[in-house]
Amino acid sequence: MSLPKRILKETERLRNEKDTGIKATIHGDNLRYFDVEINGPEGSPYEGGVFELELFLPEDYPMSPPKVRFLTKIYHPNIDRLGRICLDILKNNWSPALQIRTVLLSIQALLGAPNPDDPLANDVAQKWKEDENAAKATARQWTKEYAKKVSDQKEEA
Amino acid sequence: MMSDEEYFSDGSDGTFQDDSMRFDDVEEEDQYLEDTRFDKPVKKAYEVDFKVHSDQQIRSGQQAQFEEISNILGLDIGQAALLLRHFKWQKEKLIEQYMDNPDSINKAVGIRPEAHEDTKITKVKDFVCDICCDDGDSMETFALPCGHRYCVECYRHYLTQKIKEEGESARIQCMGDKCTMAFDASDVQAVVDDDTFTRYKTLLDRTYVDDRESLRWCPAPNCIYAIECGVRQKQLNQVVPTVLCDCGYQFCFGCGLADHLPCPCSLVKKWLKKCEDDSETANWISAHTKECPICVSTIEKNGGCNHMTCRKCRHEFCWVCMGPWSEHGTSWYNCNRFEEKSGIDARDTQAKSRASLERYLHYYNRYANHEQSAKLDKELYTKTEKKMTQLQSTSGMSWIEVQYLDNASKVLQQCRQTLKWTYAFAFYLEKNNLTHIFEDNQKDLEMAVEQLSELFEKPVDQLANLKVEMMDKTAYVSSRRIMLLEDTAKGLAEDRWKFNVELV
Repeated sequence: MSLPKRILKETERLRNEKDTGIKATIHGDNLRYFDVEINGPEGSPYEGGVFELELFLPEDYPMSPPKVRFLTKIYHPNIDRLGRICLDILKNNWSPALQIRTVLLSIQALLGAPNPDDPLANDVAQKWKEDENAAKATARQWTKEYAKKVSDQKEEA
Repeated sequence: MMSDEEYFSDGSDGTFQDDSMRFDDVEEEDQYLEDTRFDKPVKKAYEVDFKVHSDQQIRSGQQAQFEEISNILGLDIGQAALLLRHFKWQKEKLIEQYMDNPDSINKAVGIRPEAHEDTKITKVKDFVCDICCDDGDSMETFALPCGHRYCVECYRHYLTQKIKEEGESARIQCMGDKCTMAFDASDVQAVVDDDTFTRYKTLLDRTYVDDRESLRWCPAPNCIYAIECGVRQKQLNQVVPTVLCDCGYQFCFGCGLADHLPCPCSLVKKWLKKCEDDSETANWISAHTKECPICVSTIEKNGGCNHMTCRKCRHEFCWVCMGPWSEHGTSWYNCNRFEEKSGIDARDTQAKSRASLERYLHYYNRYANHEQSAKLDKELYTKTEKKMTQLQSTSGMSWIEVQYLDNASKVLQQCRQTLKWTYAFAFYLEKNNLTHIFEDNQKDLEMAVEQLSELFEKPVDQLANLKVEMMDKTAYVSSRRIMLLEDTAKGLAEDRWKFNVELV
């Protein structure tokens, strides 16, 4: 099946319009599969981290939402150990008018504003509610440990 | 204790006067035949008012309400429909709140009464659809009053997916991000194909019935009817609303399960749960184990030695007499010390815990037995038809004349169903005088049912001669059933029954 015009357009736009802190590149020769990098938003415990995600456009995209998953380990009440994300627009609030770009921006916003009242990772959410500072410290530490920029690692090496 | 006679004489009519003669078959049956003619139009205490609706009636019922709201509030039919669905068909609440604050409700529901013109399918010059990124002047486009315009092809794809895949109907919104503008039936019809639109209407009917407390679909397979009944959820402890669908399926309007008269829904739920959890396990426990006299752990003896040591509390006792092992002295492995006091005590504790189990099993076995018998009777029913044709040829009776067999088998099944649930009911009853009356009623019904069941098993050549007896028995059995149900229904309505559990 040929690729819908919509996906081609979006891919092109992603290549040309660079948003700060968001990068999506086609993975190999599968034009529906993207490697994504999101920078932790400023002022959040994830600041300075670069998080890798995978994004897949299902057959009936844009009628169905894209499937997105964190590959980098992250300490966040709405993201579980497998990297699955609890975000309304990826589920029942999906609108075909949304795009890859807007989805990624929403995920970035979720990093800046965790919602422990609608948790996916229960233990993390619990911690977040009991002792927010400690939870944020853990998040910061995980960011340092797992979400380092590749370039940083090279520098260290 | 009141005598049965006194108790029943306060029934509203003469139905129960014959109660004192219940063992005098002939007289009683005569009495009954009269009674059926006499009290037929009177509603029984266990009956509820209900109405069966076809899908057509369901649809026209909705339409009438749309028109009413549309007239009152000056909206078009589609908008009225969206409002009604949003308010779960509570008209008064809708009208009141809409009068107070139409704008916020319009917003919440996703309608815009002031804009009418924009929803048509049109062609727009230099249009690019944001969803599929196609363009072209000949492309047809569509938008709800919110103005989020996309190509018709995308909308069709979107709506078809919503309707066919996700089963959505009443709450389909505009494709625009965060836009809550809602699709009404005419909008949907304008975009999708006929097949999808038919599905859409079916789904709407479904949500209509699901949303209304006074409506319920008949749960029988492939049945298209819905039942309307005024009994509310909170009344279910006082009444068992049993309804009969036009398809012939009899079920409880309150919980949707098959007819479970005379047991109220909450007891049925408890009972089914208990049976699911307990029955087989309980049987096995009863047959194979004893409890430790000290800590009441259930113990299975897996070796030949009678010197038991409880693994949990380390208590040592004798499997045979249940007394402490230490008292066995020199007569170890040879338990002949029956009268020892501590042994009796230990057996007492055990007896108590066993008693509750046995009580349950008593009721469960009878419940299960009737369930099983009902199944067998059902098989009998298929044989009945064969018998009926056979009978016609051997005895020269006409088709009409052999209908009594059919009737008898129907009554038999109905009574088995009722009997089955009387045991669940009785399990939760506290013991008092009323319970005695109930058990008497139950016993009479059960006895009569067994007799009828027996008649049924007779070979075909005898059946013709048994016609009168069988018809009498059938009439008697159904009168006993009615009596039992009347009594329990009145008891529930008057809150007379005392249960050993909370009705929730």
